[in-house]
Amino acid sequence: MVSLIVNGARREIDAPTDEPLAYVLRNRLGLPGTKVACGLEQCGACLVTVDGECRYACTLPVGECADRSVTTVEGLGGDGLHPVQRALLDFNAAQCGYCLSGILVRAAALFDADPAPSPAQIREALAPQLCRCGAQPRVLRALETLARDAASQEGRP
Amino acid sequence: MSGLPSALARHPDLDQWLAVDAADTVTVATGKVEIGQGITTALALIAAHELGLDPRRVRVRTAHTGITPNEFITAGSMSVEDSGGALRQACAHARRLILARAAERLGTDAAELTIEDGRITAPGLNASTTLWEVQGGRPFEHAIETRTDEQPPAPPPDRQPRLDLPAKIAGEGVFVQDMTWPDMLHARVVRPPTWAHRLDVLDEPAVPDGQDLRVLRDGSFLAVTGADEYAVVRHAERVAAACRWRQVADLDGVPLGTESQAFPVRDGIPSIEPVPDLDFEPDLAACYTRPHLMHASLAPSAAAALWAGGKLTVWSHSQGVELLKRTLAEALDVDRRAITVIHHQGAGAYGHNGADDAALDAALCALEHPDRPVLLKYTRQQEHRWEPYGPAMRIDMAAALDDAGRIRRWSHEVWSYTHAGRPIPRQPGSQLAGAWLRDNAIDPPPAEPRLGSEVGIHRSAWPIYALPEPRVIKRFVAAGPLRTSSLRSLGAHGNVFAIESFMDELAALAGKSPVAFRLDHLDDPRARAVLEAVDDLCGGVTGPRGVALARYKNQQTWAAVVAEVEVDEARADVRVPKLWIAADAGRVVDPDGLINQLEGGAVQAASWTLKERVRFDRQDIDSEDWDSYPVLRFDEVPEIVTRLVDRPDQPSLGAGEATQGPAAAAIANAVFAACGVRVRDMPLDAEALRRAAAA
Ligand code: FES
Ligand code: FES
Repeated sequence: MVSLIVNGARREIDAPTDEPLAYVLRNRLGLPGTKVACGLEQCGACLVTVDGECRYACTLPVGECADRSVTTVEGLGGDGLHPVQRALLDFNAAQCGYCLSGILVRAAALFDADPAPSPAQIREALAPQLCRCGAQPRVLRALETLARDAASQEGRP
Repeated sequence: MSGLPSALARHPDLDQWLAVDAADTVTVATGKVEIGQGITTALALIAAHELGLDPRRVRVRTAHTGITPNEFITAGSMSVEDSGGALRQACAHARRLILARAAERLGTDAAELTIEDGRITAPGLNASTTLWEVQGGRPFEHAIETRTDEQPPAPPPDRQPRLDLPAKIAGEGVFVQDMTWPDMLHARVVRPPTWAHRLDVLDEPAVPDGQDLRVLRDGSFLAVTGADEYAVVRHAERVAAACRWRQVADLDGVPLGTESQAFPVRDGIPSIEPVPDLDFEPDLAACYTRPHLMHASLAPSAAAALWAGGKLTVWSHSQGVELLKRTLAEALDVDRRAITVIHHQGAGAYGHNGADDAALDAALCALEHPDRPVLLKYTRQQEHRWEPYGPAMRIDMAAALDDAGRIRRWSHEVWSYTHAGRPIPRQPGSQLAGAWLRDNAIDPPPAEPRLGSEVGIHRSAWPIYALPEPRVIKRFVAAGPLRTSSLRSLGAHGNVFAIESFMDELAALAGKSPVAFRLDHLDDPRARAVLEAVDDLCGGVTGPRGVALARYKNQQTWAAVVAEVEVDEARADVRVPKLWIAADAGRVVDPDGLINQLEGGAVQAASWTLKERVRFDRQDIDSEDWDSYPVLRFDEVPEIVTRLVDRPDQPSLGAGEATQGPAAAAIANAVFAACGVRVRDMPLDAEALRRAAAA
């Protein structure tokens, strides 16, 4: 039995402790947003945060998450959407969308730490996330606009 | 001739295309599938426009054998042209019938009536009705025989929200990989390392105590099934570790540039006439190559299948459910009337990837587990190693100039392996990989050259320039080292890379600018317009910039691309910080969706052109994951600016493949402009740059 907090709610899970978190989320907790697309920590489709830190759920044993707080794409915005989700929606920033969950988790972690990152910081932060459809320019445009709006609200240049 | 779009001529029953639901919504059907290209949104816009509805009221049902119109395959950027044209006509007929009924009900003339978000009324009329009051839940029972008038084009919307996006942004389980049933079994296959390997020995590892797992074994076809996905994954790894494989063929094939079946091409159509000799002394000759490339969809392929009551149902992200159904029937020896294939979205597809193979494998597992749905997924390595690649190409160009520096003679010889490995029924053999592995193996059919207009190897090989008697030769090589099939734009990527690189080389020889030299040879006003548009958009093709231009398949979208590069000569490293695109895709239905397609294609082409190559030797394929097959990443993708040349009076054209070739050549031309090195071999990586610099 592993006990952990997923998107704010305590969950008790009867799974082998070496089962990767992604399988637990998808198959035992009904949270299909976290994708397994390589299982090799190479593409970022499975990204979640654990105690606020980005982790690859495709390899992370659920046992290591005991009593820690996991956030998946489904839980990014609490009851609504996280600003990064709204930004991508506003810009139609996707083709197939398979890569989106991981990108959103990564972007949310970035914007939660600094609501107005520079374009270079956004690119660098997203570098581990793959998108095969070539939607990156739109994702970047969406997030750069979000950052600019935040900066102007704060009166930053 | 009825003048009807072909899909409509084949499926004239209006009810097959469109249903006015009981309340609030309308459902339209397409035989096409969503592959990340946004087709569902584009079709919803078309229906909404004809029927006077908010697009959010339109539900789009994608390919389902036996239910949706059979449109064979979603490929070649034909969806908006085929399905869009048919649906527009079908909706125009529906509108006419609905308005006739509404006119009766309202006691007025149908010609007076307007529809606004489903409400039907006429100017000055007090009464009104709705689409749903008139037609809700009722079939049309109408056969479409002739064309009817369509609504005049409206100015395209600014940014039409993608209808499929909210669910994806929220992380809902919309993909085939996410399908689930209470009694579902998971499945994984254990595959030989390559197409050329078979099982030698397997000493089956024991199933761990208390785990409900089965190993299915039929020759070299191996699969593990069970209710718990991770247990299945672990056991498949155990089985794989216990397998010893034997190699049954070498990964070599006939090298490009040696032997071939050759066909002269005229206006995009090959013939079986004798190949004319190269009968002029070239002022310039050059050889261009591209390697084998992968689709490498972000998610490995998957499929679900259920065998119940003598019926097989398969959920697949295949691009051609109808063809898949029939090839499944042949491979499984099951009556095709007992099979239903339902399209269910997967990750973005750019041609023939592992989707169809996964469908057969899922079906094979389902047949062993009657009455239980089975969801089968490939691993990353299986997808990388087994998907049919886009084949390598070699293009030999030669030309002679006249005294004024105009092209006097032109020769283009293109060598490649088959681009046509899709599953097609009634061929000898099977294109579904699982069939090759079973005890009763069905081998792949022999590769045959295809002589249709603009297919495969010779796609976009015919020059768009006004040249006297171009000599264009298709050279088909049957025996390739790897399994190959259709990858986005097929031969156009290599052909346009060669033509447009060569045009730059000729421009330099003639002492003209790349833009002026092209304009000198262009009669086609729409081609001239996109070239001038991109030149204007980027503020001039100067400095480390290169330009390239093509009309996809010589019959679809015109696209011109300018690339700006940064070359680090010490590290032999090319970066592409910026691309500009100008495109003419005829009448624009969904400008934002169109731009998304053009840009996505350009980014993918930049990735192919700068980084990608399937690495292999005689024994093995070395590209098996994202480390051994690197692709362009967020910190490397160009910023892109796109301008559409809208032609409201011209038919809409497919655009999803239009930028592949021009982006590739624009990058190579920019590298030459930046550092004076002409790289003729893709990818333009450090190895190719150093080789070209030394040449
Ligand atoms: S699935 Fe975890 S990094 Fe690719
Ligand atoms: S949108 Fe398809 S992988 Fe990113």
